[in-house]
Amino acid sequence: MDNRPGEPRADAVKTELAVEIVALHKWYGDFHVLRDINLTVARGERIVICGPSGGGKSTLLRCINRLEDWQRGRIVVDGIELTDDPKHIVAVRRDVGMVFQHFNLFPHLTVLENCTLAPIWVRSMPKKDAEELAMRFLARVKIPEQAQKYPARLSGGQQQRVAIARALCMNPNIMLFDEPTSALDPEMVKEVLDTMVELAADGITMLVVSHEMGFARQVANRIILMDDGQFVEINEPKAFFDHPQHERTRLFLQQVLR
Amino acid sequence: MAAIADMDYLREAPAERLPPPAMPGGIFGWLRKNLFSSPGNIALTLICILFIAWIVPPLIRFLVLDAVWSGNDRQACLASPALLEPGACWAFIRVWWSYFVYGFYPIGARWRVDLFFLALAFGIAWLAWLSAPRRDIGAVYFFIVLPVLSYVLLSGAPLIGLATVSTSLWGGILVTIVVATVGIVVALPLGILLALGRRSHMPVTRLSSITFIEFVRGVPLITVLFMASVMLPLFVPERYAPDKLVRALIGVALFASAYMAEVVRGGLAAVPRGQYEAAQALGLPYWRMMALVILPQALRVTLPNIVNTFIGLFKDTTLVFVVGIFDFLRTIEAARVDPKWATPNTSVSGYAVAALFYFICCYGMSRYARNVELRLARRRR
Repeated sequence: MDNRPGEPRADAVKTELAVEIVALHKWYGDFHVLRDINLTVARGERIVICGPSGGGKSTLLRCINRLEDWQRGRIVVDGIELTDDPKHIVAVRRDVGMVFQHFNLFPHLTVLENCTLAPIWVRSMPKKDAEELAMRFLARVKIPEQAQKYPARLSGGQQQRVAIARALCMNPNIMLFDEPTSALDPEMVKEVLDTMVELAADGITMLVVSHEMGFARQVANRIILMDDGQFVEINEPKAFFDHPQHERTRLFLQQVLR
Repeated sequence: MAAIADMDYLREAPAERLPPPAMPGGIFGWLRKNLFSSPGNIALTLICILFIAWIVPPLIRFLVLDAVWSGNDRQACLASPALLEPGACWAFIRVWWSYFVYGFYPIGARWRVDLFFLALAFGIAWLAWLSAPRRDIGAVYFFIVLPVLSYVLLSGAPLIGLATVSTSLWGGILVTIVVATVGIVVALPLGILLALGRRSHMPVTRLSSITFIEFVRGVPLITVLFMASVMLPLFVPERYAPDKLVRALIGVALFASAYMAEVVRGGLAAVPRGQYEAAQALGLPYWRMMALVILPQALRVTLPNIVNTFIGLFKDTTLVFVVGIFDFLRTIEAARVDPKWATPNTSVSGYAVAALFYFICCYGMSRYARNVELRLARRRR
C-alpha cells in the first residue's frame, strides 16, 4: 500500500501530473513573496512543505487553488491551466480540496450540512445522495455521531476532521492542507494526523504545509524546505532528515527536532 | 511537615458534585442586593419609583378611568357636572375609526381592504413563524402571489368585476401598511444588492453603488419624496408618469434600501475572510457563495440593525403626507379638526391612538427580532 513512487519521472505525460508550477513569482506590493518556484507533483504523490513562518508556504499552497493571485509564471492543475477565466478557476477548485489552519467550517450549518453544501450546490447531487456520501466520509473521519451538531459544539480536533470530510465529499483528486494542526491543542493533534495518514494510504495526492516532522517522515514522498519565498531543499524524507544538504535545512531541523 | 504533605498530593476520591446553593437571604436579600445596596443606588431606586408614581396614575386616569367611551358628538366629551374633568375622547375615535383605517376608500368595497389585511397577515404569519410547514411555499405566496392579489384587490380589476379604486381615495392604516410593507420588502433585497455592489471588485459596479447610497443617504426623505412626486413628471410625460402613491412608494423604497445597504455592509464586514475562502475552495461560484454561506451569517449578525431600519422606515411612512397622501397619521390630523368633535381632548386622543398604533407595530417587530436572535444564539451554542 505504501509504495513510494519517489521522484516523478522526467518523461511523465501531462495527465500524470497532478500539479505543475513553472517559474512562479508573486509580489505583495513591493514584497517579493514567491521567487521563481518550480514544482511538478505526480499523481498520488505526497509532499510536505515546511520552513519558517513568513516564508511563503501558505501563499504557495493558496496559489494552487487560486485563492491567491500571482503576477508571473504558470500553474497547471490536473491538466487545467489556471488563468483569470472563472470557468477554469471553478473547475480547478472542484477538483482540489483544501483544509485550513482555522478549519473555516460554516458556523450556521450543521456538520452534515457543511459536508453536503458543495456536493448539492456545485455537483448538483440530490440531497439524499449527498447526505449518504457525507455520512460515509464522516464515518471515515470517525465522527458520524456528531452529524446533526453545529460546529461550535465540537472540539478543535473534531472540527478539523469535519473540515477534512467536507473537502473529501467533493471527491477531490488533490488535497491541500494549510497547517492543519497548528491551531489545535496538543491533545488533538494526533487524531487529525491519524486521519491524514489514513488518507495518504488511499493514494490521494497531498500537499501539506506543516511542522509535524513525524508526519512528514512517515507519509511524505518528498519534503520541501521553503524560506524567504524560495525552495531551499527538496528531498526524500530519509535524506532530508538524515543528510540535509543545505545549511539552512540543517539549521531548521535543529530548531524543530530538538 | 504539612506543607510537604500537600505537595505530593494524590486524589483518592473524586470531589462530590453539588447543586448550587439557594439564593441567600430570600426576597429581602434580593431587594437589598439589587435595589438598596448603596446610598447611590437607594437614591436611584427612589427617584425611579417617584417618577413612575408621578407619570403612571394620571395617565391611567386620563386614558381609561375618566375616558369617554361613547357618544355622538362633542357634548359627550365636554366637562359636565357628571364628569368634571373628562379624559380621552374615545367616542371621537370610534366614530372616525373606519376613516382612520380605510381613508376615502368606497364603503361598498371596503371588504376588499379587509381581505387584503387578512391575506397580508396570513403571509407574514407564515414567514415569521420559523417552524411553520412549507415556508418555501410561504415565500412564493408572500413575494409573488400576495403582491398580485393585493394589487387586484385594492386597485380593482374591472375584468373580474372589481371596480377600479383610484389611489387618491386610499388612506389611513391601509396606506401606512402598504407603504411600509412595500418599503420593507423592496429595501432588503435591494439593500443587499447595493451592499454587494459596494464591496464588488468591479470598479463601475462599485462606483455606481457608492454614488447611489451616498446620494440617497445624504438627502432627507422629504426631499426624496418631493423629487419623486414633482421631478419625475419632468422626465416622464405626465400621461405615462406613475401614480402618485406609486411615486411615493418608489421614493420610500429607494431611501430605505440605501440605509439597508449600509447595514448589510456592516454585516458582510463581520464575516471572517476564512468563510469566503472555504466557500471558494469548495468551488462555490460567487452568487451561491453569497446566498448559502456569507449572507446567512452577515444578516444574522446584523439582524438587530436590520429591524432597527425597518422600524425607522415604518415611522418614516408618516412623511408621505407631504406629497398629499393620506396615511394613518394624516387621517387623524384631518379628523381632529372636525368642528363636530371640537373638545379640549380631541387632538390628544387622536395622537394617543396614533402613538399606540405605531408603538404596537414597532414593538412587535422588535420583540419578534429579539426572539429570532435568541433562537439563533441557542442554535449556535
